[in-house]
Amino acid sequence: MSWQVATVADVRRETETARTIVLDVPDWPGHLAGQHLDVRLTADDGYRASRSYSIASAWDGSDGSTIELTVEQVPDGEVSPYLVDVLKVGDPLEIRGPVGGWFVWKPEQEGPVQLIGGGSGVVPLRAMLRAHAVAGTTPVRLLYSVRRPESVIYVSDLKELASSDDVDVRLVYTREAPAGEPRVGRIDAELIEQYAFKPEDGATTYVCGPTPFVETVADLLVAAGHDPARVRTERFGPTGGPR
Amino acid sequence: MGIVSPGFTGRRGGGTDLPPGQYLTHEFPVLSAGPTPHILTDHWEFTVTTETGEKYKWDWAALTALPAEEITKDIHCVTRWSKLQTTWKGVSLDTLLADVETGADFAMAHSYGGYTTNLPLEDLLDGQSWIAYEYDGEPLHAEHGGPARLLVPHLYFWKSAKWVRGLVLSDSEDLGFWETAGYHEYGDPWKEQRYAGD
Repeated sequence: MSWQVATVADVRRETETARTIVLDVPDWPGHLAGQHLDVRLTADDGYRASRSYSIASAWDGSDGSTIELTVEQVPDGEVSPYLVDVLKVGDPLEIRGPVGGWFVWKPEQEGPVQLIGGGSGVVPLRAMLRAHAVAGTTPVRLLYSVRRPESVIYVSDLKELASSDDVDVRLVYTREAPAGEPRVGRIDAELIEQYAFKPEDGATTYVCGPTPFVETVADLLVAAGHDPARVRTERFGPTGGPR
Repeated sequence: MGIVSPGFTGRRGGGTDLPPGQYLTHEFPVLSAGPTPHILTDHWEFTVTTETGEKYKWDWAALTALPAEEITKDIHCVTRWSKLQTTWKGVSLDTLLADVETGADFAMAHSYGGYTTNLPLEDLLDGQSWIAYEYDGEPLHAEHGGPARLLVPHLYFWKSAKWVRGLVLSDSEDLGFWETAGYHEYGDPWKEQRYAGD
């Protein structure tokens, strides 16, 4: 797997701190929904910094050679501020991938799909929803936890995806909810009971988000009787609380 | 040489000697493939199984009765963070394997929760690895692999199996969890062996 030079074809502001970057990658080999890639930046004196980012788009070969990344700016980050604020259409970007064979959804996989995302943890889940929209035949549910309405990434996209009979999207607001939404608070046991597939449904569950979010949700799922072997997780950022 | 990223200056590390492609963190991020298993020390057991099928077992009391070492090491995660001078307490694999009769070349570490990772046996010996049960002076938190994890700091940190429950020794090398999912079979951070084929 070698580094290749992609070209920025388009950029889309998603929230105040997140941006989707559309990349034209001439030799992209394709990827599975949920996989990530490495990005490498090089300063003019040769200094380099690399990070991994989840791929936000699905690959079915029909998009030509285009893939999408959605990057959330990390406070004090080195690479993400460049990707969110500096990189512009027409710029080159070195990438390497795809990587990862565990946190992936494949269309031939049996059983319903439960997606649970916190913040920018929704990015690989969006790739799964996109892939499912093309080739999925089983029901899929997304529980998406955000701080406030302005924090929602992929607003219009999620609306479109949720219009399918197979897809159920439920937003959870932890700090501030839009008018008409009475519930403000984190995902808890009651919400899991209400909106997630039941253990007997045989769903594969994908949980992605900041470490404390994933720890909490995964523990809730196991406590509710879900088989830990069917709960796949991807964590990012520091741990909360004492360790 | 690759391309130059227009407008990128970078946040220089300040002379710290890190493996290539790594950045320094003072946090302790977590990389796990599934829910965190919560294992009580009352139920904890560590088993070494040799290539002939012979088993050696330690329960929590037996492990913690063995001579323990204070370990201070840099750790390097394949997701690119490095953390310097982390402090641990644990039992050296040299101690645990001292009376184990084996001619095996490879080990597969097995964890509660089903995780596995493969290592050459020689990378576990000669003061290179431990079963660690304290981090930073405290019992190792479950999120970070407690009650006990394998600690092999000279390799990428996914080799330091959390919630470790045993080693299976073998003459042939099989691949573990991440190694089957596209990551390097050995994982030397100084050679930047992140992915299969690196």
